[in-house]
Amino acid sequence: MDQNFWYLFSAYTLIWIGLFVYLFTIAGREKKLEAEIAELKAAVEALEAKE
Amino acid sequence: MAGIAARLRITPFGLICLLGLVATLYLSLIWAPRERVMGDVQRIMYFHVASAWIAEFAFVLVGVSSVIYLWLRERKWDIVAYSAAEIGFVFCCFVMITGPIWGKPVWGTWWTWDPRLTFSMILWLIYVAYLMLRVYGDDMPQVKTFLAVLGILGTIDIPFIHFATMWWRGLHPDSLVMTEEGLGAGMEVDMRIALGVSAVVFTLLFFYLMGRRMALERLRDEAEDLRERVEHRHPGSVGV
Repeated sequence: MDQNFWYLFSAYTLIWIGLFVYLFTIAGREKKLEAEIAELKAAVEALEAKE
Repeated sequence: MAGIAARLRITPFGLICLLGLVATLYLSLIWAPRERVMGDVQRIMYFHVASAWIAEFAFVLVGVSSVIYLWLRERKWDIVAYSAAEIGFVFCCFVMITGPIWGKPVWGTWWTWDPRLTFSMILWLIYVAYLMLRVYGDDMPQVKTFLAVLGILGTIDIPFIHFATMWWRGLHPDSLVMTEEGLGAGMEVDMRIALGVSAVVFTLLFFYLMGRRMALERLRDEAEDLRERVEHRHPGSVGV
């Protein structure tokens, strides 16, 4: 095995980990905002019904 | 696999990009020939150069959309700039990580103040500042103007990174992709194909991420709009 194998392995691994972490953060932010929007829509509807 | 895709909310286009990345992995690690001098560690190039291409492309997009935003003051251009900056920063981090990992076995050092590396570091720091400002002061109109100016400044740094190996003497090798003899003339054909596929796949991935990131900003605007409506009807009901 090439003595520089670990450099190659770590470079590719870090890119894949970085990419998946970024995708997870986007998905997490989407879920959080969608939940907040659903909550706010319900609040707007409740306030409009009161009026 | 399907569970992870669902958790990541990956669309069919996103799945195509991920499959493309797997194909790129095969081309880079198995199919492309071993470089004679550097050995297998040179295979880092296929992701390092493709990441650098996307970072540069993204930051040029930040500059162009920032100029249009300063001119038209339309939110959509601010969204394009912010989304491109964030994705460009992610890929710039890939460049800043894989570069030293490649440099250590080849140059014998993790880092050197070579002109190209130094200008890359400056660009990375500009975008750290840009994204920090986005997080902490994005709501103020004057901050948006400052961000657009900062985005343009970051773009001005790109030609210095790109042409640094031609303009100054340093450790970083000359570009093997854009040579006087033609595109990729400094490489073997199989290497050129692997790098070309990698660049195309990374470009598709960039557009996929742009779509996701811009949709996220639109959701943020919708939430902000609803928050204002609730606050208008019932002041003090929504926390800051």
